[in-house]
Amino acid sequence: MKKLFLSCLSIALLGGIAIAGGHEKGTLAAVKSKGHIQCGVSQGLPGFSNPDDQGNWSGLDVDYCRAMSAAVFGDANKVKYTPLSARARFEALRSGEIDVLARNTTWTMQRDATLGLEFVGVNYYDGQGFMVRKTLGVSSAMELDGASACTNTGTTTELNLTDFFRANGMQFELVAFERADEVVAAYDAGRCDVYTTDRSGLAAQRTKLSNPDDHKVLPEIISKEPLGPVVRQDDPQWADLARWTLNAMINAEEMGINSGNVDSKRSDSNPAVKRLMGTEGDLHEAIGVNNDWAYNIVKQVGNYGEVYERHVGANTPLQLGRGGTVNDLWTNGGLIYAPPVR
Amino acid sequence: MKNQNTVFFVRKEFAPSRPAPASTVGVLGWIRNNLFSTPFNSLLTVVVGGLGAWSIWGALDWLIFNAVWVGGNEACKANPNGACWTFIGTRFDQFVYGFYEKPERWRVDLVILVLFVGVFWTGWEKAPARRWAGGFMLILFPWIAWGMLYGGIFGLPIVETSQWGGFILTLVVSLIGIIVSLPLGILLALGRRSNMPIINSTCVFFIEFWRGVPLITILFMAAYVLPLFFPTGMNFDQLLRALIGFAFFAAAYMAEVVRGGLQSLDKGQYEAADSLGLSYWKSMRLIILPQALKAVIPGIVNTFIGLFKDTTLVLIIGLLDLLGMVHAAIADPNWSIRSVPTTGYAFVAITFFTFCYGMSRYSRFIEDKLNTGHQR
Amino acid sequence: MTERAATTSILNNSEFRRILYQLLIAALLIYLGWSIVENTIANMEARDIRTGFGFLNETAGFSIMMSLVPYEPGNTYGRVFIVGLLNTLLVAGVGVVLATIVGFLVGVMRLSQNWVVSHLANIYVEIFRNVPLLLQILFWYTAVLKPLPGPRQVFERNTEIYFGISNRGITGPEFILLENFSFTTWTILLGILFTIGMHRWSKHRQAATGQQFPVVFVGLGLIIGLPILIFLLSGAPIEFTPAKMGRFNLSGGITIIPEFLAVLLALALYTAAFIAEIVRAGIQAINYGQTEASRALGLRNGTTLKMVIIPQAMRIIIPPLTSQYLNLTKNSALAAAIAYPDLVATFAGTALNQNGQALETLAITMTVYLSLSLLTSAFMNWFNSRVKLVER
Repeated sequence: MKKLFLSCLSIALLGGIAIAGGHEKGTLAAVKSKGHIQCGVSQGLPGFSNPDDQGNWSGLDVDYCRAMSAAVFGDANKVKYTPLSARARFEALRSGEIDVLARNTTWTMQRDATLGLEFVGVNYYDGQGFMVRKTLGVSSAMELDGASACTNTGTTTELNLTDFFRANGMQFELVAFERADEVVAAYDAGRCDVYTTDRSGLAAQRTKLSNPDDHKVLPEIISKEPLGPVVRQDDPQWADLARWTLNAMINAEEMGINSGNVDSKRSDSNPAVKRLMGTEGDLHEAIGVNNDWAYNIVKQVGNYGEVYERHVGANTPLQLGRGGTVNDLWTNGGLIYAPPVR
Repeated sequence: MKNQNTVFFVRKEFAPSRPAPASTVGVLGWIRNNLFSTPFNSLLTVVVGGLGAWSIWGALDWLIFNAVWVGGNEACKANPNGACWTFIGTRFDQFVYGFYEKPERWRVDLVILVLFVGVFWTGWEKAPARRWAGGFMLILFPWIAWGMLYGGIFGLPIVETSQWGGFILTLVVSLIGIIVSLPLGILLALGRRSNMPIINSTCVFFIEFWRGVPLITILFMAAYVLPLFFPTGMNFDQLLRALIGFAFFAAAYMAEVVRGGLQSLDKGQYEAADSLGLSYWKSMRLIILPQALKAVIPGIVNTFIGLFKDTTLVLIIGLLDLLGMVHAAIADPNWSIRSVPTTGYAFVAITFFTFCYGMSRYSRFIEDKLNTGHQR
Repeated sequence: MTERAATTSILNNSEFRRILYQLLIAALLIYLGWSIVENTIANMEARDIRTGFGFLNETAGFSIMMSLVPYEPGNTYGRVFIVGLLNTLLVAGVGVVLATIVGFLVGVMRLSQNWVVSHLANIYVEIFRNVPLLLQILFWYTAVLKPLPGPRQVFERNTEIYFGISNRGITGPEFILLENFSFTTWTILLGILFTIGMHRWSKHRQAATGQQFPVVFVGLGLIIGLPILIFLLSGAPIEFTPAKMGRFNLSGGITIIPEFLAVLLALALYTAAFIAEIVRAGIQAINYGQTEASRALGLRNGTTLKMVIIPQAMRIIIPPLTSQYLNLTKNSALAAAIAYPDLVATFAGTALNQNGQALETLAITMTVYLSLSLLTSAFMNWFNSRVKLVER
């Protein structure tokens, strides 16, 4: 009986410790003390976040996380990645398992307003599209009445697809999978006639098909999918840091600063460049980083345009040319625009 | 009458026994008795045997004789009618270690080596110091293994659990489940048989709850809801959360097995222990549990087998165990070949089969040994 | 001294200790429960997560590939729950029937005198029992069903299809029961009632006179043969509408989707291996003396099996069998891995994901499975007490 008592006591103590253990701490301080940023990414989407055979991650979203790491630590490599399914992503962020979610996540009102999340900007303007086999002879999404459609479960894609078919009075069969590679495999095996997701995703997943050239993307874009990084709502300082990391990359491109010329730009006389490079003003203190934060981002990761061309641009397997699209800089008629650093 | 002695022949010794008809002995007789004893039996033999031989031959042909053993994906593309073992070969490291950092993989090898040696030592009847080995495996080994795998002690660099994968993850999940479930299950079983209403009802509720819901909902709960139960800022990583859910699930099943053992004991054993003046824990430790646990060893091993198979479910919450790794690897476009998915699944199936079948044979062996006293 | 004696005695008083320990445990549990509730509420507020069950009345907005009741994307999450639950019950129900048939067959085969038969049954049991169920589901889906040819390779455009197999599933014609079909329905019902009555009567007669009556054959004739006759006499009042091959898919007809087939096959074949073991153990548990005794009474083999062995074996078989049925139902949750829209995949999956209310959604889902399992244990207790009475 004594032992039972002792064991009860120890359980009680453990429970007490467990429950009293947590205490509030800002994300930035926590990140600095653990020495890395935990970044939530996809389970493998070429161009955005994709591991190679060795488990090294690369992509547009991955480079965003690396930029944050460069801003915080002055070293872009202090990032660890957590691959997440669409279903698991928000809870992983809310629970503090990850510090930032850069997982081609669509910014919607419901997510922003009811899930305790904060979208810090848009790093890729996307829209949902359709991919079909060329042999089907389909040239428009309006001809898809009666088709089977494969997509990811628990995404806006699934809802948009349903809306699109309902609005046009067409029948369809929805085959929804948890993991993106399962969707691709099912489509590739012919389980469905059409594969629908964000157009960037179509371009990325197409590279995974056994014969990419047998497939084509239909012209229709049925939704707006502004993709961007997400942080928790309860930490404004961290959210600001996340937001201005993205803005710094965009501003750097607009000012013509890139990883090649950033060292010389540091001594530039343009006040706007000076503020961004941290040689003038002390705005960096407000977001809790050193004054060379933006320099480190551009030096180690690059500006937005460089990152875009490196991972999704015309010279990548995704072949998503940037010129003339919404993802071009606003000065070129696109939507990529960042508030000024001042 | 007088002449009869001379006329009649009386045989003095038995005639030498003739060999049994060829149709009842030897191979032929065996075949006749077991396969063709009645017309219906013959029909059965021919039809079922034919089907069986056809499918076994087909499987062997596909798995071994017609399989691709060397070369790359080109070789597999060229041969659609056989397993593509080169696919397993090129990815084998990933299937075993996941994304565990290359220079640190010796740690995994060491843990696996110690594990197998320890298990065989404990399981082998005649091994010296068997009890010590068993105690080491159950009490010390889990901590050492975790320390070795995760790092941070002995100056080993830390390898995050998100990099664990493949067979090593399967082993970690199943071993933690097994090691936690045994003591917790015994406590729960004792609690369920306690006559204290609060303890009893708590244990009953706990056991029935975990046994009543599918493991996958428990894993979902662990993945998506558990973080809400703890104060902000206090986090377990995804693997640890899944382990918590899995261990409780395992404990509930183990508790029911142990309870069966406790129930099978004669009431006299309890009374005898009491009459010796032993305290509750002493009587449990010295009298009841040794007998009860011995009686349910097969049940315990069967529960282990079930748990080992259930580890594959962590795939659904995004952890890449052996099955998860293979499942992810077959989506590789370079290996988009008809025979690859089946090969991958066959590889996992053979791995699991080897372990589970081994465990069940061992349990059968123990069962037979324990049964000797009761047999006629 | 007296004081000390008093304190030791109260600590040694077993009644006092009983109460003390229980109070301690209760206090610990209440503390744990309370802190979990408080943390959860605090966390949900801090993270701005919506709570409550109001979402059940909101529009779901997504479509589900298979449902037994009419479902539109405009329906509510409550409806999604019902669709998912019915799909779970469907695959579990069909799975139970299939697993029982295969399991009993294999179990009896294992006991066969025929070496080939018993060893093949043994191989079946060992293979299916020792390979994880999830792997079997994935195998059937990815390796067997998905590689089937697509509908455009199998069917000509605009042809009518009465039966077809493709990677979109097994398609048969849709049927409409015409008015006259009610005669057949009534015949079946009457046949069932009459068979039950006949079964009772024959039991009584056998108890009284020892004469047997071929209940099974007559019953089958009444339940199957007679309705077929009536069906034909009333002019075969059933209308089949074939499926038609459209541009992409078959439209119309009834299609059994491959996801359902994969889950069903895997569940049934996996559980059958366990049922076979239960059946074998149940039959083997019957003392051989029972067989010898009935031989001594002059019973034939079939009669021995039917009247002596099976009734006793069933008593041993049914409790573990029931728990296998329960396991099968719980295992059907693995359907989530291959997009079969069961309760877990639709409600605890897609719906959870769209509305983000994990706690409520999972609580409802778990309650469903828990109720099923409690119902099963209730049945098991009832059955055990019933057979105990028979045993005296």
